[in-house]
Amino acid sequence: MQSQTIDPAKTELNHHHTAEASVGHHEEHPDHRMFGLVVFLIAEGMIFMGLFGAYLAFRATLPAWPPAGTPELELLLPGVNTINLISSSFVMHNADTAIKKNDARGAQIWLAITAAMGAIFLVGQVYEYTHLEFGLTTNLFASAFYVLTGFHGLHVTIGVLAIVAVLWRSRLPGHYSNEKHFGIEAAEIYWHFVDVIWIILFGLLYLL
Amino acid sequence: MTQAQLQETANIPALSEEPGIRKWQDYFGFNTDHKVIGIQYLVTTFIFYCIGGVMADLVRTELRTPEVDFVTPEVYNSLFTLHATIMIFLWIVPAGAGFANFLIPLMIGAKDMAFPRLNAVAFWMIPPAGLLLIASLVVGDAPDAGWTSYPPLSLVTGQVGEGIWIMSVLLLGTSSILGAINFLVTLLKMRIPGMGVHQMPLFCWAMFATSALTLVSTPVLAAGLILLAFDLIAGTTFFNPTGGGDPVVYQHMFWFYSHPAVYIMILPFFGAISEIIPVHSRKPIFGYKAIAYSSLAISFLGLIVWAHHMFTSGIPGWLRMFFMITTMIIAVPTGIKIFSWLATMWGGKIRLNTAMLFAIGFVGTFVIGGISGVMLAAVPFDIHVHDTYFVVAHLHYVLFGGSVLGIYAAIYHWFPKMTGRMVNEFWGKVHFALTIVGLNMTFLPMHKLGLMGMNRRIAQYDPKFTFLNEICTYGAYILAVSTFPFIINAIWSWLYGEKAGNNPWRALTLEWMTTSPPAIENFDQTPVLATGPYDYGLENANEGVPLSDPNPVLSAGPNSVLRADPDEPYPTIESELEKR
Repeated sequence: MQSQTIDPAKTELNHHHTAEASVGHHEEHPDHRMFGLVVFLIAEGMIFMGLFGAYLAFRATLPAWPPAGTPELELLLPGVNTINLISSSFVMHNADTAIKKNDARGAQIWLAITAAMGAIFLVGQVYEYTHLEFGLTTNLFASAFYVLTGFHGLHVTIGVLAIVAVLWRSRLPGHYSNEKHFGIEAAEIYWHFVDVIWIILFGLLYLL
Repeated sequence: MTQAQLQETANIPALSEEPGIRKWQDYFGFNTDHKVIGIQYLVTTFIFYCIGGVMADLVRTELRTPEVDFVTPEVYNSLFTLHATIMIFLWIVPAGAGFANFLIPLMIGAKDMAFPRLNAVAFWMIPPAGLLLIASLVVGDAPDAGWTSYPPLSLVTGQVGEGIWIMSVLLLGTSSILGAINFLVTLLKMRIPGMGVHQMPLFCWAMFATSALTLVSTPVLAAGLILLAFDLIAGTTFFNPTGGGDPVVYQHMFWFYSHPAVYIMILPFFGAISEIIPVHSRKPIFGYKAIAYSSLAISFLGLIVWAHHMFTSGIPGWLRMFFMITTMIIAVPTGIKIFSWLATMWGGKIRLNTAMLFAIGFVGTFVIGGISGVMLAAVPFDIHVHDTYFVVAHLHYVLFGGSVLGIYAAIYHWFPKMTGRMVNEFWGKVHFALTIVGLNMTFLPMHKLGLMGMNRRIAQYDPKFTFLNEICTYGAYILAVSTFPFIINAIWSWLYGEKAGNNPWRALTLEWMTTSPPAIENFDQTPVLATGPYDYGLENANEGVPLSDPNPVLSAGPNSVLRADPDEPYPTIESELEKR
């Protein structure tokens, strides 16, 4: 009949094989954190996609957008802030490159610059909030503006905190090296994610 | 040698120490063992099921008579709102995660989930979220806008209760997203060497599809709820027409999750049924690949059908057309699964134990719910019966006749593995009989009520509906009674039941190749696949190609049987059956 399964000889083989394989099985748990982070960011991205979708739906159904009487948005400060945030992604990448060359000192410097740039972005955002001529409940556009940028700002804050945390840990000698740098890489990927979301957000709210 | 013997001899379970001994306290604290977490999920969600069930019976008691005479209309509104929320978010969705937690690492030969601590965090979000929701009854302002919480209604009824509802659902959504991340990473990265995706048990396929769906759809609900919370608390008008907002946008965001949620609620049990039927029919599963891929098809299609809940919400005609067609197409992969199960049972040596009875009950009642679903997908019919008891009947056939029977089938099937002891078959069958009778008595008349025009979510109705409502109410009481044999049986068997041994069903999937209950890290040695997951009843099992072969014989189903040996003349299914 056919060969659904294994012949005894080979089963035997497998059996011996297992004894050896079991050693590997009880070794250190393989590191799936990076993959897990990427999967998590898909979920994060879907929250933003939901908010963007709602924004586009409001925009499409209302006769005038932004609703009549909404003051013009100032473009200069958010424009500079956008350039700042996009550049910080490249700075962050330098930190990753540095640690892969086992240059912990360099990585620290680049991380510190990234955190500073993120902080500047947040300060700029707060400055913009305090100088806008509309409030959260002025109209639908104003509400969407504050909720979307605020939710993104929350993510930037988390990103800055993550970078600061990585920076704090990197004080320990040998904590990060060219072989062991999950923290830096994870912070970097998260930071790129925040950046990409901002580019979409900026396009939707300010430019479209 | 039979396949079960082959698989068992290839995998010698851990015997060096007393297997799987855990203290009872372990189940009440933070524990990172996936098996403990799985049982924590199942027991917790079952408690919520009982609470939600009591609420259902209160609702049915109110509806026994046409007048409002049992609870006030306000309490009635809160009861059906909480009943639905609890049953969906605190029972069926997390119960699926419970089985997945217990089974996935065992089935793929891993020691634990990919992120054990994240796993514990995901579980421990559920009890506070559930208590928060139930506590809303105490503050005297329970949510009462229906489980959909459609604005603007939800914005003008109970303020505090609605806020609590949003918080609770957000917490539960976070929990299921974290769970889904864990399942996806575990399934993709932690299978034993030798187990390709096509050697995975079908439950794993189903959980893969479910987790992917959860990952993509749940965050959109979270976004919608965040906006709703702003409307409720901060005074924005996203969904409030008086301020230029659009309540239909909320419906889109809500159903973008909540429609896929019905697949999140049914796919894990499709998977469980695909495990149970071949074991208890002693036959290879029919169409392994078809069942596996149809799960993926369902989860993809599930994402593009949400607006069929909104045919009466004023969406454009062309959009209705699109959603009607996609909704009807979902019946195809679902039908593939149903027919594959039937073909698996066909000619099998069926063992009618409780697990198999529930599995057969699942297939039967789910088909009724599925067919009324195809009816509801048709726009003209849906407009006629929208928000009537026909919809209530349909969703209960799917969620009770489908998911809940699936949960029971899975509990009876894996009880020996989880506890190391057998359940009492007699009381299991009593439980099954009461459940099936109660289920059909409660929900079958609702189809007729809906066609006659009885609205859902009302406490008072036209006296002409009285008779059918009485039948429904008594059915609901039978359902309430039916849980008692189960609870007592489960507790008694857990404590004093007959010892089960490692593999009481002579099953082939890897979870049965370890001790019952499984040892702390599941396997002493990396398990090997000596046979495919569903190769029951085939002769000459010890001849052939190992799965580690570079071109592995896909070891499931008659198709692979036919392809197994290219040199021999193709055997037919009939000749296969004769040989057995």
